[in-house]
Amino acid sequence: MTAAAEERLSQKHWFLVGMRGIFSLPAIVITLSFVGFAALTAEAKIPVEQVMFMTGIVWALPAKVILVGSMLSGAHIATAFLAVTLSSVRMMPMVASLVPEIRTSRTPTWLLLILSHFVAITAWVFAMERVPAVPRGGRVAFFAGFGVTLTFVNVLLVGLVYGAVTEFPPIVSGCLFFLTPVYFLTSIWISARHRVIYWALGMGLGLGWLFAVIAPEYDILLAGVIGGTLAWWGERTLRRREARR
Amino acid sequence: MSFDGLWPYVFIAVAGWLATDLWRWAGVLAGNRIDERSELLNWVRAVATALVAAVIAKMTVFPTGTLEASPLLLRLAAVVFGAVFFFLGGRFRQIAGIAAAIAFLAAGLALLGF
Repeated sequence: MTAAAEERLSQKHWFLVGMRGIFSLPAIVITLSFVGFAALTAEAKIPVEQVMFMTGIVWALPAKVILVGSMLSGAHIATAFLAVTLSSVRMMPMVASLVPEIRTSRTPTWLLLILSHFVAITAWVFAMERVPAVPRGGRVAFFAGFGVTLTFVNVLLVGLVYGAVTEFPPIVSGCLFFLTPVYFLTSIWISARHRVIYWALGMGLGLGWLFAVIAPEYDILLAGVIGGTLAWWGERTLRRREARR
Repeated sequence: MSFDGLWPYVFIAVAGWLATDLWRWAGVLAGNRIDERSELLNWVRAVATALVAAVIAKMTVFPTGTLEASPLLLRLAAVVFGAVFFFLGGRFRQIAGIAAAIAFLAAGLALLGF
């Protein structure tokens, strides 16, 4: 076999390994969250084709919840854009921290631009956790296999369950909603490979609460930038002090 | 707004897709310039983690839907209960932690008559 053929085979292999991630805990949790999202949109009487369209084209769940809220309140398209874009600023550091972990010197930028669409919290947490066990050359294919499959499965799922779940008993919908934050919390803890991540998690939780009370419009952004910077600065200061000893 | 015709799709594409993917593209362009072992990447990682943590805090403290009417203390207690199982759970800590938190919440909601 030529080297190029071997390379293609291994790309296919890692794409398939990524696809298999659809049966992992993170994929199951986000899929359950999408069942909840289907119920929410069905209750709001948004046509199923539009719900499937936004699931595929926006993908990030918090952004979609805000988008649906804007559509229902009859907001102007510019107002809706602003609200959604503020919630999506977090995509930038998420993607920016993932890219150096998965690309090789030969990965084309256009491919990363396309694949970045499949980054949302679940795929990010999943990739940051598992990519170290994948050889560098297979990482982009691995992420593509997982991200693309997860998105398409959820588009189909939303279409399938939309008609079936108009209304859940309140306990079920409450628990479906709560799965997401609890899952994110455990995943970040498990995937942390550096002390600064624990610090940033703590700062983000505390400041997220604080800013949600005092500045609810920009809370996520403020808590992320201020909390993340404080965590990074504090950890770096400690690291330097340890190095001097 | 009306859900007929092409307008809702334009609305979703502009206010949903563009509003979100612009940041993903910016992330690729920024990430392409960051060295994997740099202090800058450390900072970017910390900010990304804190942003996700803030989303977690908001979903817990100010949930939407059914949980909006549930007591904050119940939601916090469910997280703490889950954390105990998480840290004692060994190999199955993730499933144990999540299951314990959800079970605690479900029991609490049932007791409160939800």
